[in-house]
Amino acid sequence: MTLTFVLNGHPCTAEAPAHWTVLDLLRDGLSLTGTKDGCGEGVCGTCTVLADGRPIRACLVLAAHVRGRALVTVEGLETDGRLDPLQTAFAERGAAQCGFCTPGMLLAAKALLTEDPAPTAQEVREALSGNLCRCTGYAKIVEAVLAAAPGRS
Amino acid sequence: MAYRVIGTSAARADAWEKVRGRPIYAGDVAMPGMLHGRIVRSPYASARIARIDTRAARALPGVAAVLTAQDVPRNELRMELPGRMAEATAGAVLATQPVLAADRVNFQGEPVAAIAAETEEIAAEAADLVEVEYEELPGVYDPLVALEPGAPEVHEGGNVLRRWHLRAGDVTEGFRRAAVVVEHTYRTPFVDHVYLETETGLGWIDAEGVLTLRVSTQVLEHFRDVAEILQLPHGRVRLEGAYLGGGFGGKEDVTVECLLGLLVWKTRRPVRLVFSREESFIGHGKRHPYVMRYRTGATREGALTALEAELISDSGAYAALSPWVLFYSLVTATGPYRVPHVKVDATTVYTNNPVASAYRCFGSIQTCLAYEGQMDALAAALGMDPLALREKNFLRKGDTLATGQVMETEPMIAQTMRQAWAGLGERRAPGGPIRVGRAVAASFTPYGRMCWTRDSASAWVGMELDGTAVVRCAAPDVGGGQTASLCAITAEVLGLDTDRVVAVGRDSHFTPRAGTTTATRQLLMSGNAVLAAAREVRRHLVAEAAALLEAAPGDIELADGRAFVRGAPDRAVPMAGVVRAATANGRPVQALEKYDAPWAPTIDPVTGQGKAFNDYTFGSHALEVEIDEETGRTRVSRLVACFDAGLVINRASAEGQLEGGAVQGLGYALMEEIALENGVSRNPHLLDYKVPTSLDAPAIETILIESGHGLGPFGAKGLGEPAMTPSIAAVANAVSNAVGARMTELPITAERVLAALRSTT
Ligand code: FES
Ligand code: FES
Repeated sequence: MTLTFVLNGHPCTAEAPAHWTVLDLLRDGLSLTGTKDGCGEGVCGTCTVLADGRPIRACLVLAAHVRGRALVTVEGLETDGRLDPLQTAFAERGAAQCGFCTPGMLLAAKALLTEDPAPTAQEVREALSGNLCRCTGYAKIVEAVLAAAPGRS
Repeated sequence: MAYRVIGTSAARADAWEKVRGRPIYAGDVAMPGMLHGRIVRSPYASARIARIDTRAARALPGVAAVLTAQDVPRNELRMELPGRMAEATAGAVLATQPVLAADRVNFQGEPVAAIAAETEEIAAEAADLVEVEYEELPGVYDPLVALEPGAPEVHEGGNVLRRWHLRAGDVTEGFRRAAVVVEHTYRTPFVDHVYLETETGLGWIDAEGVLTLRVSTQVLEHFRDVAEILQLPHGRVRLEGAYLGGGFGGKEDVTVECLLGLLVWKTRRPVRLVFSREESFIGHGKRHPYVMRYRTGATREGALTALEAELISDSGAYAALSPWVLFYSLVTATGPYRVPHVKVDATTVYTNNPVASAYRCFGSIQTCLAYEGQMDALAAALGMDPLALREKNFLRKGDTLATGQVMETEPMIAQTMRQAWAGLGERRAPGGPIRVGRAVAASFTPYGRMCWTRDSASAWVGMELDGTAVVRCAAPDVGGGQTASLCAITAEVLGLDTDRVVAVGRDSHFTPRAGTTTATRQLLMSGNAVLAAAREVRRHLVAEAAALLEAAPGDIELADGRAFVRGAPDRAVPMAGVVRAATANGRPVQALEKYDAPWAPTIDPVTGQGKAFNDYTFGSHALEVEIDEETGRTRVSRLVACFDAGLVINRASAEGQLEGGAVQGLGYALMEEIALENGVSRNPHLLDYKVPTSLDAPAIETILIESGHGLGPFGAKGLGEPAMTPSIAAVANAVSNAVGARMTELPITAERVLAALRSTT
């Protein structure tokens, strides 16, 4: 099938077999490997991307779902060579250790901050509770999201 | 001494790549013409393979290879560590796992056939078409049962893989002197590493005919294992290390390497092999379950007199690293305490359970649950403050461990415990059905390998003409910041900013061998090798600068990317100028150096006496739990981790180790367990095998003490594994404190808490 959608701000047309998930489309079809496959069963959150601003689990959603939507992946967080404040905060505060959960975390956090520019620590923890991290104990991730929250400075 | 780079929280170079989602992992790269690998695994834990028929699978269009045991030139995964290991394994029954099972399978998930096909879908279909006829055999699933006479033998030679013994003083006499003796049996389950990146690799044959594998591994030296199973000269197999999506010891044993190498070699095409999450659960080594029977005695005043322990670990179906994991348990069995009379017997046993092997802390976390549980139990029996009791018995400089090893520097264990406890603040008032409990656990963990292994690491540092530096060192980066630390050390020594130093490689053949990223050894080993190489380069640069500036070498300083005369900062040359002059004058601007860890002979196998490890990291956790009396649910509300880091290389990375280790431990303590039924996992999925989420993790305070006592660069110690060691004991002790009964079995589920509450009312 042919899919037309907006990918990281640019119009995109891609071919995909009907059984492909969004994750297959991104990683295999479009060579955008920033989005990770940590379980393929909808639990770990490493495949989180934004569809029309809302986080989805790319490993569960069929590729056909992206038709006509705006998709944002970790590769699209940067604008004109400038990193998103979340990316800077994650790097500067040690929130990315092995980094495998990082793309999904960044997008889940992006969705949160778009909706609520001044979340509390507890709200950040709730918003990220579907994204597992095995390295950081979440401390520096929560800290980085709070630091990047535009409404909190 | 004041450092410019060392000890700061400077953002790591790899972090900037990671936040951009750049393809730095082994599974991110595809190759033209690449095939997809797939493994057929045994659904049974103990069975004879009566017949394998691969014809239908091979006939499927798009299938390039379906390989079984007969296709493996030497079908045996040896676990040989370089150095002097043979004498320490004398007498052990070392059962090595085949690459592909031939006539019998010994655990669920054991590989039976390997497939390569044009697409993942075809590979999956082919896997379904492989017909394997199994005849189930009686198995043994409990190490205590496996030790009984008449139990089914997993391997010829009996189910005892290895025993270790530790003897100091006279334990009978020690117990005679005790006014109180406490006795408990502690139990821990099989648990999984659950790194977010499953085992992954891509392989191809390069222009020189060298089999090349880009793999997510902690051990680049596995190129030798691949060469051995294919019967190739070692130099014909190269391993390229990608950044790992977590390792924690689970990517220390061979995972995809041999299967992938086999598929590439047989098909002569690039192959990618990625384990699914389920395969990761059933297909790689776990943490050993332990049963630990402890008796500890003390005088009325609280001085420890005797400790007797029997440790039994479940090795699962093959040997893997079980003897060494058990050895760490032996050495750490007494905890960081002075105990005059000690008797420890430790046994690791074969079963048809999953293979158990390396996992962060490597046998020294299970014992911590036991020795710290005993300390709180003793304090209760004596009516003493648990901290005071510990303080009375902590190892001090000049004291000896039960192995006879003398503490050559002051163990900072009392300081870590006191500071962690102070960090906890005021006790929260219980309210309604909520009970509050708090406790400490003190711990010690070796960093660096066993002394007799004669561990070494090499590294190369060189200057470029523009005054930047390159580090070449084959140290895999598991995510802890190993690479960035090597750059920081180089930058410090050469007076450069970190962005003027780049580390390239992590490759078995292109970069100097640095050994494994395991055993908390890389900062000690590669760190010291890089330090030596950078200092050698510095010596040349200083000599050249001295000539250029007409000053004595002793007066030259390197800082901010230039060389200058101390006290006269205007008399300076930029680093690029120094390098160019040195090159023009034929002076070397690079160095290859090797660091050898101090060596000691193998410990006495009968008494456990000798120097087992060069040094240890000491640290404590203090934490508070809230327990809902009605549901039995435990929440860790606050946690303070305090460790003697020796010296901090990167503050954010060091804190990150403490935070991550603590939370990984909370999962182990409260929720994680591989649920086995006759060796078959009932929860090989993340939905059923729960790990801590951001809502389970408490607020964490980290305190880093810098004694300068470490053997690493600038006096640093290792933190990676030690960071986790006290976690499970601290949780168990805090829950025990809240419920008024000793919690001795993990995980501490709601049911276990409710049962404990009932037992006390
Ligand atoms: S890969 Fe999609 S949730 Fe784990
Ligand atoms: S940084 Fe490794 S899983 Fe989060």
